[in-house]
Amino acid sequence: MNNHEPTPNTPLPGVRVAGLLAEFDGPEPLRLAAERVRDLGYVHWDVYSPYPVHGIERAMGIRPTVLPWLVLLFGVAGCAAAILMQWWMNARDYPVLVSGKPLWSLPANIPIAFELVILFAAAAAFIGVLGLNRLPQFWHPVFSSPRFRRATTDGFFLGIEAQDPRFHETSTRELLESLGATTVETCFAPATRPGLPAWVRWAGVIGVLVALVPPLWIARARAIRADRPRVHPIQDMDFQPRYVAQGPGPLFADGRAMRPPVPGTIPRSQPPADSLLETGLDNGKPITHFPLPVSQALMVRGKERYEIYCAVCHGLAGDGRGPVAIRALERAEPGWVAPRSLHVDAVRQQPVGQLFQTITRGLNTMPSYAAQLTPEDRWAVVLYIRALQRSQNARLDDIPRDKRALLER
Amino acid sequence: MNTLAAPLEHDNTQNDPTRRPVLVTGPCDLASITETVSRIVEQPAPRAWYLALMVCGLGTLVFFGLVAYLISTGIGVWGNNSPVFWAFDIVNFVFWIGIGHAGTLISAILFLFRQKWRTSINRAAEAMTLFAVICAGLFPAIHVGRIWVIYWLAPYPNQMAIWPNFRSPLLWDVFAVSTYGTVSAMFWYLGMIPDLATLRDRATTPLRQAVYGALALGWRGSARQWHRYERAYLLLAALATPLVLSVHSVVSFDFATSVIPGWHTTIFPPYFVAGAIFSGFAMVVTLMVPARAFFGLKDLVTPRHLENMCKIILATGCMVGYAYGVEFFTAWYSGNGYERFAFANRALGPYAWAYWLMLGCNVLAPQLYWFKRWRTSPWRMVLVAVLVNVGMWFERFVIIVTSLSRDFLPSSWGFFKPTWVDLGMLAGSFALFLTLFLLFCRYLPMVAMAEVKAAIDGAGHGRVGSPSARAPVPREVQATP
Repeated sequence: MNNHEPTPNTPLPGVRVAGLLAEFDGPEPLRLAAERVRDLGYVHWDVYSPYPVHGIERAMGIRPTVLPWLVLLFGVAGCAAAILMQWWMNARDYPVLVSGKPLWSLPANIPIAFELVILFAAAAAFIGVLGLNRLPQFWHPVFSSPRFRRATTDGFFLGIEAQDPRFHETSTRELLESLGATTVETCFAPATRPGLPAWVRWAGVIGVLVALVPPLWIARARAIRADRPRVHPIQDMDFQPRYVAQGPGPLFADGRAMRPPVPGTIPRSQPPADSLLETGLDNGKPITHFPLPVSQALMVRGKERYEIYCAVCHGLAGDGRGPVAIRALERAEPGWVAPRSLHVDAVRQQPVGQLFQTITRGLNTMPSYAAQLTPEDRWAVVLYIRALQRSQNARLDDIPRDKRALLER
Repeated sequence: MNTLAAPLEHDNTQNDPTRRPVLVTGPCDLASITETVSRIVEQPAPRAWYLALMVCGLGTLVFFGLVAYLISTGIGVWGNNSPVFWAFDIVNFVFWIGIGHAGTLISAILFLFRQKWRTSINRAAEAMTLFAVICAGLFPAIHVGRIWVIYWLAPYPNQMAIWPNFRSPLLWDVFAVSTYGTVSAMFWYLGMIPDLATLRDRATTPLRQAVYGALALGWRGSARQWHRYERAYLLLAALATPLVLSVHSVVSFDFATSVIPGWHTTIFPPYFVAGAIFSGFAMVVTLMVPARAFFGLKDLVTPRHLENMCKIILATGCMVGYAYGVEFFTAWYSGNGYERFAFANRALGPYAWAYWLMLGCNVLAPQLYWFKRWRTSPWRMVLVAVLVNVGMWFERFVIIVTSLSRDFLPSSWGFFKPTWVDLGMLAGSFALFLTLFLLFCRYLPMVAMAEVKAAIDGAGHGRVGSPSARAPVPREVQATP
C-alpha cells in the first residue's frame, strides 16, 4: 500500500494487496503498454477490454490455446463412439436384420457418426473454453475496483497481480503511470481464502451420496439373478385394447369388428373385362394368337418400345447381350439371373400369350413392365420379338425373291 | 447519452464504390452501443410489451392445454388417420426446424465468411433458432402417441434387451435434432457471456446483479479469456456450419428414404436446406423489423441489414422455385406412373389450392425483392416475408399430406382434414415461439454488443475509446471518497 498518496480504496483489516489495475485511454495505448509489460518480463498480468483487441495476443505474448486440439480429439472420439455403438448394438448384441441387408454397413452409420462428431467436438469447445478460462470464477481481485465495471462497456485496463515475482507496489505503479495509464489503483483480496460453510459441504456430500442410490440400485438389479420378473413399469405392450379381425365389435351396427368389402370389390384372381387383351390367357392357358389386329404400325411401335425398355438387357438382337446384362456378368452380381437369348428353342416355342405374361408379370430378375407398357404396347413388343426370332432363324425362303441374289453373291 | 434523440438519417443501402458502407448508423461509440442495447433490458418495459406477452402467454397456455388433452385422450383428437398418419404434427415440425436454420446460418456461416454485418442481428436470430427448435422438438415428441415411453428412442440398456434401429432415418432425426438444439444453445450462450457480464456490471439491483452475475460466470474480458473465447467461437462456428446443413438433410431423409411417390427423390436434402434458409430468413425479417422499431435498435439493425436479408430470401426463393420445377421434370422423365400421378395430383388434385398458394407465396412473392423499394421499405418487406412464411408452411403440407393421402393403391386413398386441435396447436406453437422471443427481448442482450464493438473497431470508423465518448463513471465510483 502506497502511504504517500491517498487512493480511492483503503485496506481493511484482514485484507491484502492483490495487484494493481491501470486504466488506459483506448485499445492503442493499451497495446503499447502491454508490449512494455511483456518485455519487462512480468508473468501474472492481463489486460481487460470490452471486446477482443486486435493484435493483443502478440503484444502480450499469449501462446495459442490448446483448444483446437481438444476439439479435434473429442471429434475423433465422437466418431469412434458412434461407429462402435451402432456396430455393437445393431450388429453384435442384438442383430437387427432389415430386408436382408448387411447387419453392419458404413453408409447407414454415417448420419449418426456425423452428428456425434459435431456433438462431442462442440461440447469439448464449450466446456473446454470455460475450463481453460477457469469459469465460472465469481470472484477475482479486479472486481474489487468499482471502476472495473466499465471494462465490459468501454474501459481498457491492464492489471498486474501481486503474486508476480517482479511485482512491487511502488515501482510497478510508477511503471504503469509512465506507460500512460489514466488512473492506477490497488486491488485487494481477503488475506485468507474463506472456505465454504460446513453445512454446505455436508449438504454436498449427502447430495452426491443420495444421487448415487438410483444408479447403484439399477446396477444391482442388472447384475443379480431373481426369481420374480423384472420391474416393468410401462405395460402398454402387454395389454393392448383392440378388436380381433374376425371377432365381434361394438362399433358398427352389424356387430362385427371388421368391415366387409365395399360393393363391387373384385378378387385379385378375377380376370378383367377384356381378359384376352389384358392377360394373354384364355381359361388360364396362354393364347397362341394375337388378340388385336397385327399391322406394320404395331410392328414399328413394338420395335420402338423394345429398344427403349427391353434392349438394355436383352440386346438389340434379342440375344441377351444388352449392356446391363454384360455389366452384371462382369461384376458377378449376386442374385443376378442372366436374360436368356430369345432365340433358343424353349423361348421360340412359347405361345405369344406366355411372352405377354412374362412382360406383364416379370420373370426371375426381370421386373414387371406393366406400369411402363400398356397392354397394346406389350402385344406390340411380343410381335416385334416374334419378328426378331424369325430374323435370327431365317431360311432362304423367308427372303423376298428379288433380294436373294444379294445373299448369294 | 440517448442515441435515439438524434438518429443520423443515413441511407447505407446505397453502394458507393469509393467507401465502405457503414455497419451501424448514428452515434456509434462503445458507450452508446452498450447504452442502446442495455436500456432495453434495464428500463421498464413498454405497455405494449406486456400486452403482447399476455396474448402470447395465453396462447402458450392454450397450447400446453391442448398437449395435455392430446396426451390424455389420444392421437385421435388430431385429424391424422389412415393413410395420412403424418399431418400437421410433422408439417409443424419440419416448418419450425426450418425456421431455426437462419440463426445458425447468420451466426456460423456468415461468421466464417467474415460478414461483419451479421453482428447486429446474429443474437436475435440465434435466439429464434433455439426457440424454433424447442417448438419443432415438441411435435414429434407428442406425435409418438405414448409420450411416456419416449425414452425408448434413446439407446439405453433395457429389460427388453433390444436397441433402436440405427438404420432408420427417424432415429437419425432424433440425433440430428437433439444435437442441433444442444449445439445451438451452447453457441448462443457462449456468445452471450461477455454481454451478460456487461449487464452484470451495469446492474443496479441485487437481484439483477445476482442473476446476470451467475449467468456471466465471472467473465472479466481479459485478453487471455478473449483469446480462448474467440478460438472457441470460431470452432463452434466451423462445427455448426456442417451441422446446420446436415439437420435439414436428415429431416429430408425421413421422406427421401421411404418409397412414397413424391418423397422418394434425391433432390430433397439440398432442396430442404434451401427452403429452410429461405423460411428462416423470412422469419428473422418478420420479427426484426418490428423489434428494431419497437426497441430503438434502428441504428444497429440498419436498412442495409434488412436489405441483405431480403437478397438472401430472393436467392433461396429462386432455388426453391427451381426445385419445384425440377421435381416435375424428374417425375415426368422417370416414366414412373406413380411418380407422375403424385405430381399431377399435387397441382390438380384435391389439395391443388395448397399447391398454388405455396407456389404464389414462395416463388412469385419474393420476386418483388428484385425492386429496391421492396427491399428497403420495412413494411413492404415484412409483407413479403410473412407471405414466405405462409408459403413455406404450405410447402411442407403439400409434400407430406398430398403424397400420403394418395399413394399406390386407390382403394386406400384418403383425405385429411385438420381438427380444431390441429389448428389450435399450430397457432399455439406460434404463441410459444413469440412468448419466448418476447422474454428474450426483455431479459437478455438482444444485440451482440461485444461483437458490434469489435466490428466497428475493425472497420475503423468508430470513435473508439476517445475520452469525449466515454460512458459516465458508474455511481459507485463517484460515491467512493
